[in-house]
This record gives sequence, structure tokens and C-alpha cells, in this order.
Amino acid sequence: MTDTPQFAPGFAMNKRELLSLIGKSAGAGAMLMAMAPLNQAHASTFTGPIKLDGGAKGKSVLVLGAGVAGMVAALELSRAGYEVKVLEYNPRVGGRAWTIKGGDTFTELGGATQTCEFAEGNYINPGPWRIPTEHGGLIHYCQELGVALEPFQQNNYNAYLHSTSAFGGQPQRYKTIQADYYGHVSELLAKAVNQNALNDAVTAEDAEILLESLRSWGALDSNMRYVRSAESARRRGWSKGPGGGLTAEPIPSDPLDISTVLKSGMWRNIGTHLSNEHQHAIFQPVGGMGQIAAGFDRAVGHLIRLNSKVTAISQDDSGVTVDYMDTRTEERLSARADYCICTIPLSVLAQIPLNVNAPLAAAIKAVPYRPSVKIGLEFKRRFWEQDEQIFGGITSTNLPISQISYPSYGYGSRGPGVLLGAYTGGAMSYELTGQSPAQRVQRAVDWGAQIHPQYREEFMNGISVGWHRVPWTLGCFGMWSEESRATHYRNLCEIDGRFMVAGEHASYIGGWIEGAITSSLDVIERLHQRVQAG
Amino acid sequence: MTAKTPLAALAAVTLALSGALAAGADAQTAPASPVGADADSTAASTTISGPTGADVYANVCAACHMPDAMGAVGAGFYPALANNPRLLGSRYPAYIVVKGMNGMPPMADMLDDQQIADVVNYVRTNFGNDYPGPISPTEIAALR
Repeated sequence: MTDTPQFAPGFAMNKRELLSLIGKSAGAGAMLMAMAPLNQAHASTFTGPIKLDGGAKGKSVLVLGAGVAGMVAALELSRAGYEVKVLEYNPRVGGRAWTIKGGDTFTELGGATQTCEFAEGNYINPGPWRIPTEHGGLIHYCQELGVALEPFQQNNYNAYLHSTSAFGGQPQRYKTIQADYYGHVSELLAKAVNQNALNDAVTAEDAEILLESLRSWGALDSNMRYVRSAESARRRGWSKGPGGGLTAEPIPSDPLDISTVLKSGMWRNIGTHLSNEHQHAIFQPVGGMGQIAAGFDRAVGHLIRLNSKVTAISQDDSGVTVDYMDTRTEERLSARADYCICTIPLSVLAQIPLNVNAPLAAAIKAVPYRPSVKIGLEFKRRFWEQDEQIFGGITSTNLPISQISYPSYGYGSRGPGVLLGAYTGGAMSYELTGQSPAQRVQRAVDWGAQIHPQYREEFMNGISVGWHRVPWTLGCFGMWSEESRATHYRNLCEIDGRFMVAGEHASYIGGWIEGAITSSLDVIERLHQRVQAG
Repeated sequence: MTAKTPLAALAAVTLALSGALAAGADAQTAPASPVGADADSTAASTTISGPTGADVYANVCAACHMPDAMGAVGAGFYPALANNPRLLGSRYPAYIVVKGMNGMPPMADMLDDQQIADVVNYVRTNFGNDYPGPISPTEIAALR
């Protein structure tokens, strides 16, 4: 198809006609890809909107936690006729689907309160921040709830790779490292083929094809060498780029030698962008992940009681009783329902009195929570765009900040601009989390200035979230190992009497909202089957 | 350490944590596995450098238990280590540091035996605690 009538305004074509048209003109592969945006083919276990037919038999469900898992359960179960109530600790809905923008305050454990000073329109997402194409469940709910999406730049070829132990600490453009790595590997492999070193692995005919593919993949010259040439410059960048008029003639650049490329270690960063969840197209909600929370709030907000801290969960033969405290008045209250779906992070749930069988009790205690810190920094101007032509995407570094992510919105605005100045995991997260918010921000500025010297002149303010100081998660997300999966995962997901668990921690997509959604849909389907069976 | 209660607690912790030890290390060093997450792998350091127990406390423990060791309370809580009679025996806190507990990640892959011994001894003799009998790196190795 050379034109795309299905996207033209006012052009109506039903789904079957469209798929038939694509199938005729482009083959089955194109048809499969075309099905994805229509919610028929997805890479996660999401297979389309859930259907809970047959009625709710007058049953009630108490949902604990108004994050995405809890709100999906509330939305779908209330539609199916169940009486649903949701208890949420925070004074807002959304959980880790959370955006911090100017004027917002955040009080972490230990009491430090930060008030975000960002200019209007600027924000950071302290938790999840991108929506891969294959996360069909989340894309479905965004579409259904009116949450607008825009592209998230994951891999920007003009962003940097940086290492304090390579190139004297000078950042390198991603495209340069990738081009030189691919180019040298191609040249070496071509040499091996031409020296008949691979005769056991490829036929003579295939060797010819392989050589041609290597020339294409590595930007090799006619002699199968990766050298200074127009071909390599088109990948790695020119010494002087092409233009028009008398100054038009481009000058190719000199590739790095292979030893430099290998010893830099920067090839490690190529793989990051190749995983399914980091492949383009990736999206973000316009205005931040908090818009997902707002979308669900519009749909199920009337079912949610905020400021409610769960203190005990007790099930018996006829239902589940949940004791909770109003965090504003400290009033002790309780709620009761036929069933309870608990989306409270395991780090917190493990501390709440709960009567379940030993296998589930052990599973709840078996999942440590990942340390992570994100720091948002606001600058007077978008120097990364104005000075360095970096529009969105991610710079990777071996500095403790790990990466700098440039905003995938507001391109070209004069400023102020906000970037993600640190996103850490592992050991450094504990150290940063243990410091004051002001110290974290100052250190992120000091480190980042090694990559962008403009930091010094342009910095305005910053905000930080150390996830182990987040009062309602005690960590970023659940960390499973193969061993703990084998021992505990199924026990965690099984319904225990009238109590069941949902959330990213009960999924194989940990730390992503899609894990929370598919976990929630899986458990409410099983609950509904049980209710139907009587 | 009075004999019965801490030993019972230790046994309960052992039971609860079977299988949890490898979780922290695996997820921190291999986030691109099928157990992946919305977090990129980082080339930044995965170990803590700090020559003294006080450094290790500040760079690791204080993230949750707080710089003054008073802990914190939100939807969940971090126990105070200050004035804590559970630190009477050295093996209990050492075991928790090595193996983790509930949502607390195990620190075994991030800290060496000397660092764990140092921080346990530091906490047991500071923040209002004054317990005799420091633990040795050899004893830490035996807990791994």
C-alpha cells in the first residue's frame, strides 16, 4: 500500500476489509504487523479486551491498592456486575504510574519533603516511563481511557556513549561507536570467509551472499574494508557534512581503529536498544505517566477510598475483612467483601498480618525489592538540543548516574527544559538514597557536568526519588531469580481461599505496567470462573 | 543473646528466605532476562567501596534504616536499629545482611565478609547499642 487510507481522517473502512486489503498487497507478514494496533496480535499475554460474561452472582470484591493493577481489576469487575470497593494508601491514585511536575510535593520516608520547581509543562516520571509496542494491554487501556500517546525516543544515534576510562572521558556519539563496531566486525568476518575459514559452516553459495550482506551491514568498501569513505561516513558521521552551494562538498571522517572500539567497552550499550521492550516504536503518555492514572481515575475513581492504610487482612469461610486506618484522621475502620484482590507491593504486604496458607505466605516474603534512584534536573535552556543536536533519547555512562535521558517532548522550545539526570540501579542507588534530596541533586549535577559542561551555567533546580524511601513501596519493584520463581511464583499467583494477589510482582514483566495489567486480568478471569462455577 | 528467642527468629528467617538469596544479585546484574524491567542495565559499579563500618552504614543501610538508625513508617516500615535489643547477638543481624529479609535485598554480593562484619559491629556499638562480642569475617563467610 503506497497510501494509508486507514489513517486518513474521515475515511471509514472496517477491520476485515482493511486486513484483507493488506493481506492481498503485502503478504501475511505485513498483515500480522498491521493487526497489532487493532489489538489482535500482541507480544505480551494480552489478547484483547477481557470478557467476563455470566453475571457477578451478587458477589463483592475489595481491591487493595489503586495502582494500575488494582484499577484494572476495579474497572473490569465493576463492568461485569461485581460490587467493587478499592482502598488506597496515597492521597492520589496511580501508584507507580506517577508524574512529578511543578508544584507537586513528595515526602519520602525519613521526612524530607521536596516541592518540585519545574516550569509549566516540564515533568519527570519517577517510575515506569515508556510503553513498548508489545505492551498491548497498556496500549489498549490508554486508547480506551483517552490517554494520548506520543513517541518516546529510546535509541538516539546522536546521543552519547560515555566512559570515564575511554577517550579521555570525552563522550562519543552512539552512531560513531555502532558504525565502527559493525564495520570492523564485518571486515573481520569477511576476511575469515575469504580465507575459507568458515567453509565448514557456510556453503560457497551462501558465502557469496554473506559477503554481500557484510558489505551492506558494515558499510564496507569494494575491497571489503571498513575505512574512511563516503559509505562509512554516512553511518558514523562526516568530518564535514554535505550541504548546498560552494561549500557543499562533504569530507569523510576517519574510523576509530578496532582495538580502540573494543577496549572502550562501549559496544556493551548497543545491546540495550535491541531487546523487545526497547525497540522502536516506544511511546509515552502526553504529559507523563500520571495521565494513565488520570484516565483510570475518570473511569473508576468513584470506587476508590484514598488515604486508607491497610493494617490487617483476615479471611474466613464467608468473606474477607480488611482493617484500615484513615491516614488523615487516624480513625480505625474495616471493610468486608466476598473476595479480596491485593495489589499491595510484597515488600509492604509481608509486614501486614494476613491469614493465608504457608505456600503463599512464603512467596510473599520471598521477593526482595530493587533499589533505584531517578533524578530530574531543570536547566535554563535545552542546551542538549541547541548546542549538541540531541533531540530525546538516552546517553549512557559508567558514571554513577548511569544515564541521562533527554525529554521526548517540547522539542525546540526555548526552555527551561527538564532531563532525567540519573537513573540508577544496584549499589549506587543505596548510597544516593541514603543522602538528602539536595545532596542527590548536587551530585547528579557534578557527574553530569562531565558529559555536558553546560550543566554548571544552566542548572536551575532538581528533584529526586530514591525508591527505597517511597513510603508505599519500600523499593522499586520485585526482583525474581530463577530459583525463587521455581519455588514461589505459582504459589504467589494461586487464589488462596478468598484472597488473591495481583501486580507487577505477580508477572514475568516485572517493573513494567504491562506486568501489572496482565497479572490483574489473569487473576480476575480465574476469580470470575470460580464465581460462575458457584 | 538469650538462647531461645533469637534462635527461633533465625530459624523463621531461614525458612522464609529459602530461595531468595539469588534474587537480588540476578535482577541487578541481568535485567535484560525474561524477568526484565523498565530499567536499563548499567555499567556503573555494583559493589560498595567503604573502608569502615560507618561508611558501609552510610552508603547502604541508611537508605532505609535512616542516618540516625531510627527507621521509618509509611504504608510499611523499616525497623529502627537504634536501641534495638535484637542486636544483642551478632549472628542475627549478620544473617539478615547476608540473606536479606522480606523486601530487603540480600547484600552478600555487594559487600565482602570484612565489610559485613564491620557494619554489623558498627551498628551493635552505636545508635544507643553497646553489645559486646564483635563478629569476625570468618563467621560472616560461614553464613553465606
